[in-house]
Amino acid sequence: MRRLLLVVPLAIFLGVALFLYRGLYLNPTELPSALIGKPFPAFALPSLDQPGRTLTHDDLKGKPALVNVWATWCPSCRAEHPVLNQLKQMGVTIHGVNYKDQRAPAQKWLRELHNPYQLNIEDAKGSLGLDLGVYGAPETFFIDAQGIIRHKFVGTIDERVWREQLAPLYQQLVDEAKL
Amino acid sequence: MKRLLSSAILGLALLGSAQAAIDTYEFASEAERQRYRSLVEELRCPKCQNQNIADSDAPIAMDLRAEIYRMLEEGKDDQQIIEFLVARYGDFVLYKPPVTARTLLLWYGPAALLVGGFVLLGVIVVRRRGKRPSAQNGLSADEQQRLAALLNQASMDKKDR
Repeated sequence: MRRLLLVVPLAIFLGVALFLYRGLYLNPTELPSALIGKPFPAFALPSLDQPGRTLTHDDLKGKPALVNVWATWCPSCRAEHPVLNQLKQMGVTIHGVNYKDQRAPAQKWLRELHNPYQLNIEDAKGSLGLDLGVYGAPETFFIDAQGIIRHKFVGTIDERVWREQLAPLYQQLVDEAKL
Repeated sequence: MKRLLSSAILGLALLGSAQAAIDTYEFASEAERQRYRSLVEELRCPKCQNQNIADSDAPIAMDLRAEIYRMLEEGKDDQQIIEFLVARYGDFVLYKPPVTARTLLLWYGPAALLVGGFVLLGVIVVRRRGKRPSAQNGLSADEQQRLAALLNQASMDKKDR
């Protein structure tokens, strides 16, 4: 019994060490979104492609889609853009939220780098971004056919992230919509 | 000396002003200004995670300060403003997280450790006390005699030499 007591400090040390070791490899910038499982926030904002048209959250319903928050002032968005183009070619529906940006450079960006977005919401003041809990572009929301937010990815989507993490999630939403 | 001191004080004063981000909001009353200060100081910036939104220069912190100011002007109370932000950014924005099953360890863990430490200390002290009166140096009367005899003999040996 006495002997066993001597092992207690070692056991506590190992427990704490394991806990902290795991912490070394967690990404602290990845925050769980408060919006998972909730409907996409209501909005009525102009379309970037057709400035006369007003888009609302009803326009996003109908089929599962990615809603990508982007801006021309965001260097990671430029890195992510070719991947979004590829995804569009693979048949993934992507909508855009042009977050706190200006119309002219944003339209120029889409002309030059191709436009992977089906709908592009012009959120010049960042009000939709605020409702979405956006804290830095790029961020990508996964919504299902009913317009419910199912997943959020913060950061640049590259081919590996898509293949390993995001493609299965998107596929799941597509399969659900078929039922 | 005087010069050195005054420049040191000036330096410190500059440090103080550089810490907080500067906004030019006008408040209807001093009380409202205080509410604004306490809100921005206890809410955490989602982008630069170890700063509150009062101290952060990140664009999102600026937006959140503007939003809090707007809500204060609309006459919302502190609870409503905090709920508004938690609904969008999650409990993460609170420097004072609510007590839930997930945060129990965070809230009461340190106190539990402290209490545990005192209990352990108490146990050790009580055990030591219990032992003391049995024998002053842990020797029985018999052993005591043998010890005296040995010591005697040792001193005799020394004298011989």
